[in-house]
Amino acid sequence: MKRSRLRAKAVPYLFISPFFIGYAVFGIYPTLHALYLSFFKQVGIGPKTFVGLGNYAQLLSDARFLKSIAVTSYYAAGSVFIIVPLALLLGVILNTESVRFKHFFRLFFFLPLLTSGVVVAIIFGLIFDERYGLLNNWVLAPLGLSPVRWLLEPKWVMPSIIILGIWRWTGVNALYFIVGLQSIPQELLEAAAIDGANRLQTFWHVTLPLLRPVMLFVVVLAIIGSYNLFGEPFILFGQGTGPSDSALFMTVYLYLTGFRFLKFGYASAIGYAMAVIILILSILQLRFFGAFREV
Amino acid sequence: MKLGRMKSVKAPRRKVPRLSELGLRIFVHTALIVGAAATAMPFLWMISSSFKLNSEIYSYPLTLLPRHGTLSNYARLLAGAEIPFVRQFVNSSIVAAAQTILTLFISSLVGFGFAMYNFKFKRALFVFVLGTMMIPAQVTLVPLFLLMHAFRWLDTYQAIILPGSISAFGVFFMRQAMISSVPAELLDAGRIDGCSEFGLFWRIGLPLSGAGLSVLGVLTLLGSWNNYLWPVIVLRTTEKFTLPVGLATLIGLYKQEWGMVLAGAFLATVPIIVLFILGRNQFITGLTSGAVKG
Repeated sequence: MKRSRLRAKAVPYLFISPFFIGYAVFGIYPTLHALYLSFFKQVGIGPKTFVGLGNYAQLLSDARFLKSIAVTSYYAAGSVFIIVPLALLLGVILNTESVRFKHFFRLFFFLPLLTSGVVVAIIFGLIFDERYGLLNNWVLAPLGLSPVRWLLEPKWVMPSIIILGIWRWTGVNALYFIVGLQSIPQELLEAAAIDGANRLQTFWHVTLPLLRPVMLFVVVLAIIGSYNLFGEPFILFGQGTGPSDSALFMTVYLYLTGFRFLKFGYASAIGYAMAVIILILSILQLRFFGAFREV
Repeated sequence: MKLGRMKSVKAPRRKVPRLSELGLRIFVHTALIVGAAATAMPFLWMISSSFKLNSEIYSYPLTLLPRHGTLSNYARLLAGAEIPFVRQFVNSSIVAAAQTILTLFISSLVGFGFAMYNFKFKRALFVFVLGTMMIPAQVTLVPLFLLMHAFRWLDTYQAIILPGSISAFGVFFMRQAMISSVPAELLDAGRIDGCSEFGLFWRIGLPLSGAGLSVLGVLTLLGSWNNYLWPVIVLRTTEKFTLPVGLATLIGLYKQEWGMVLAGAFLATVPIIVLFILGRNQFITGLTSGAVKG
């Protein structure tokens, strides 16, 4: 009797144990080991030298690391201020009664998300080609604009990657906004209309504030996505960082440092620095969107 | 939530729209069509160019349909002199299938535990599971690689499959699925009939949460099929590469031969298209499951 009761008590823990055992091995241990490694200089399987916070100090004066923050932030700003508003606009349009075929469009616009980053980079390599690319020949030329050296000139590199990002992520973000729009009680919009608000006013004063949780979700996702961006820029620039490091995203720098130059200690410090930056940004956004007030 | 059944905002209907209203509608629909064309174009360009000779890809004027359609790109790719494409396709399938099955099993097991039992520290442990999602993968890349090295797992599939199947999102998602689709009374009835606790999970919990499993399944399949960063770190030999790693080497080595590279890119995308046709509702549900709560 006693034994069976003990067993009954153990059952739920047995059910949940696979996650915790797995995470201990593949999550907790590496997370702690990374912290430990970040205090050492180690190249390949060579000797380890303790440097304390030396790696972190070095990060602050590492021009390439600072460049990678700038590149990532530039892209993050592009996604927050270009992709997110476009997605909001698309979401509102595809949630309007009078728009035809909206169910088809909803599905269609999020197809690019499903494609592998490597495949996307391959396709866009040809689209951005200076001489035989679609953009220069079929978009710019008919408008009478001269060809742009998309992937070759540093100042055009980020606009190129943002164009790729618009293509890839506008649709799914629009989908998030549609879900948010549909959770807004109809009566509120009707009440605003009865009070004499026009559509723009209703949108600005009623819809937009109520979309705040979804907006937060989308913006956080957009920023975390910038820090995770790897395959697209890495393959687009021939497994490299673009002209003058103009596509040196943080994850690309981490990968190159850790797995091309085998600086395990320094790469671990980069990983921790990224985690801290992402954490701070997430908290700032929670504050900014006032999510704390409701909790 | 099925997309086809999402309700739409009811605008007050007028029989005859005003002229400005009509203009706006025309503008909006034109913009949508242009947007849809821009969305489709890269795909169409990939498919069309994969049937062109390189001499045609590098010639003016650009044409949407190949002037001299050819299968030579596909023949060359599948012959495998550049990369063992067929082998890599099979590799990707094995890894994606194994990772999906294992992820579904572990996530539903753990989700069932959190959903169906009360136990000490349940809340704290669940918060811990959610908290693990805050730690970006970049932190663990180097030590996880060293761990795989120590296990002698480099260049093996378990190095991708096993770490990949511990999914906090999966646990969170399956817990929700179990709560909403498995009635506790049914489990009690099973207990009275002498079913073991694992039996309750296997015979009642799993079958009833089929909808949730299919959603998590398509998301995991897609993620695994497209995964590049971790496989490129742990895989070493071309024979073992998954498709994204293989395609990356292909474009690295044969950048000028667009036709062949795009043929590979297209073939790697075909399974995704099939998956999308079969599971589009699952994709929508899965992708938007986090957005509602924010």
